[in-house]
Amino acid sequence: MADVKSRPLSPHLSIYKPTITMTMSIVHRITGMGLYAGTVLLAIWLIAAASGGQAFAPVQGFVGSPFGRIILLGYTWAIVHHALGGVRHFIWDTGVGLGPERMWLARLTLIGSLVITVCLWVLGYAVR
Amino acid sequence: MTSTSTMKTSLKRVRGLGSAHSGTEHFWRQRLTALANIPLTIGFLCVVYSTLGKDADAARAVLARPFDAFIIGLFVISGVIHMKIGMQVIIEDYIHGEGSKIIALALNTLFSLAIGAACVFAVLKLAFGA
Repeated sequence: MADVKSRPLSPHLSIYKPTITMTMSIVHRITGMGLYAGTVLLAIWLIAAASGGQAFAPVQGFVGSPFGRIILLGYTWAIVHHALGGVRHFIWDTGVGLGPERMWLARLTLIGSLVITVCLWVLGYAVR
Repeated sequence: MTSTSTMKTSLKRVRGLGSAHSGTEHFWRQRLTALANIPLTIGFLCVVYSTLGKDADAARAVLARPFDAFIIGLFVISGVIHMKIGMQVIIEDYIHGEGSKIIALALNTLFSLAIGAACVFAVLKLAFGA
């Protein structure tokens, strides 16, 4: 095993200085995993709704509580960020956006996700 | 490669998809569901907006409306397929032990199926009444 360890290794995460493009790529994967776990909450919400008003009321109460709203806010941001990351992948699929412009594409993903999340919540409180 | 040992042409070999027995369906399905998820997520948000400020029974009535149930159903199906494929890539990237990888892949498939079935069943029950 000593021989294996002494082999030259290609640079890995710990070597590189983090960049916005790298970070947005990692965040895309992390938000994907967050949304994956979040489907449990979606399933609970739907099953409670299907079970009847008595089962649905406490779930709706939790969703509307401060803690529930924080989770929902995080979920909103995750889905918007992941969606914008997906749009970025569609742009790359056409063969464009891989040059220096990838820097502002990454910034746009981050800023856009925050702006859209705020807009969605403002809309939510407005239509309530 | 000993190309003389077979009568197969290069095209025929490519169509056989090699030892992996699969080709670009994974990539294609990922992109197809990603595309579908954009309008379906917007649709799902509209359904959620319709439930805001309503009590439990009124919110249930919203989820039971045919078009709303249809949108949630499609959102769940497309989303679950998308997340199953996505998690499969993450598992294949980071879990290298053959045994643990197979277990993780199986759990991923079963989890995705269970979530999808639970959500679709709930939507149908809401839509068709208790």
